[in-house]
Amino acid sequence: MIEILGLHKSFNGNPVLKGVTLTVREGELLALIGRSGIGKSVLLRHIAGLMRPDAGTVKIDGTDIFKLRGRDLVEMRKRFGFLFQGGALFDSLTVYDNVAFPLRERTSLPEAQIKDRVFNELEHMGMKNDWNKYPAELSGGMRKRAALARALVMGPSIMFFDEPTTGLDPIIGQNILDYIHRCHRELEFTAVMVTHEVQKVFGIVQQVAMIHQGEIIVCGSPEAVRQQNDPVFDQFVRGDSKGPVQYI
Amino acid sequence: MNLIRIIGRAGVRLTRNLGSYGLFLMNTLFWTFSSPLKTGRVIEQMSFIGVKSTLIVLLTGAFTGMVLGLQGFYALSKFGGEAMLGPTVALSLIREIGPVISALMVTGRAGSALASEIGIMRITEQIDAYEVMALNPYRYLVVPNLVAAVLCFPLLAALFDVLGIWGGYVVGVKLLGLSPGTYFGEMTVYLSSSDVFHGIYKSLSFGLIVAWICCFKGFFTEYGAKGVSKATTQAVVICSVLILVWDYFITSVSF
Repeated sequence: MIEILGLHKSFNGNPVLKGVTLTVREGELLALIGRSGIGKSVLLRHIAGLMRPDAGTVKIDGTDIFKLRGRDLVEMRKRFGFLFQGGALFDSLTVYDNVAFPLRERTSLPEAQIKDRVFNELEHMGMKNDWNKYPAELSGGMRKRAALARALVMGPSIMFFDEPTTGLDPIIGQNILDYIHRCHRELEFTAVMVTHEVQKVFGIVQQVAMIHQGEIIVCGSPEAVRQQNDPVFDQFVRGDSKGPVQYI
Repeated sequence: MNLIRIIGRAGVRLTRNLGSYGLFLMNTLFWTFSSPLKTGRVIEQMSFIGVKSTLIVLLTGAFTGMVLGLQGFYALSKFGGEAMLGPTVALSLIREIGPVISALMVTGRAGSALASEIGIMRITEQIDAYEVMALNPYRYLVVPNLVAAVLCFPLLAALFDVLGIWGGYVVGVKLLGLSPGTYFGEMTVYLSSSDVFHGIYKSLSFGLIVAWICCFKGFFTEYGAKGVSKATTQAVVICSVLILVWDYFITSVSF
């Protein structure tokens, strides 16, 4: 279970998170939605321990992750998988080596078994024939699929997805969401997904939370949040330029 | 009051910056000695920092030696001391010019690339990827560069010295008519092993400085292309200045 408790974060005096409190139950997939630049990725990076808050904390299974040091922090992070927005594949390694990287560095598996697991993941992603390409030779969609393969290859119990479908065509985007849905059912990981694909993710997540002006304004199951009639949430879901939130 | 506030703020900022540099170096040294080295990465970086800098070091070494040969001969001939050309060229190169100029050359070629490569890894979240995989980015990105630089800088300085002495020989002996025996014979009289060690110590410390500053600047780069270019420029400027300042201190201590 992930508990986010009163998280505050400011950059150069500008508050981005203003006491965010949220709970993601064991095995649940939560979609974190909100306008661009509102602080969704910042919140996700805090949950993964990549950023430290000004105040508040994040507890994973009751453990305050900001108090962890050394071996304990490593053990906690071994449970994580993170799909970064741009993939964050290592430029100097091929797709195969990128996916094999965590297996080589964190396990003592023989190369033959590593090979099996890597090709298994790549096959799921439809990238078996692209194993020897470098990230620079891949399209945006391929890069994201390779990164997803790397994030899942260790069988994480907690997954973070930072806009997994942004910049992809609708078909590839849907394929990735389907694959995330399938992995979530099979591996039963707890996950937080930052996304703008509101309608598409409603069918695969157990919880939706919307962040607005540094606070969570709507949170609950997809059915429940639809019935809350929050004007900001409704405008966001409709994708309407008219409403309480004015961009221009 | 405003002036005091400005000075105070600058002081706090300077102290914080110096602290960050110090902590980064301490972290790097800690991971260098506390965990097994990534030997493959060290060899890759030795190839990048050392092998690929060989040509530029050889070229600059040869021409620096030739200039020293010309200028030295001109100055020494004023009082009939041409016979001292060999020791003059060798001592200048081995104690001073070899380590300094080769370090400056490698800073321009490899140091800038280190800063920008690590900077790009930072802005494309590759460093964060190491962290969420429970892998220490210092071990994978910084330590191999530090070890490679510390090993390669003395070797590059040695190449610079050899080519420089050869350049001085070409000018002094082949062009200006000094006898080869005088050029090399006097050298062995005036040059001691302490001079060679002096140059080696300097090169080792320059290697540490260049890897430290360039990795630091890349590691904490600001976001965007502008952030990386700023980090790269600052890395080269700080390294170049630090090399010269540190060179003065180490020379004055061992004088």
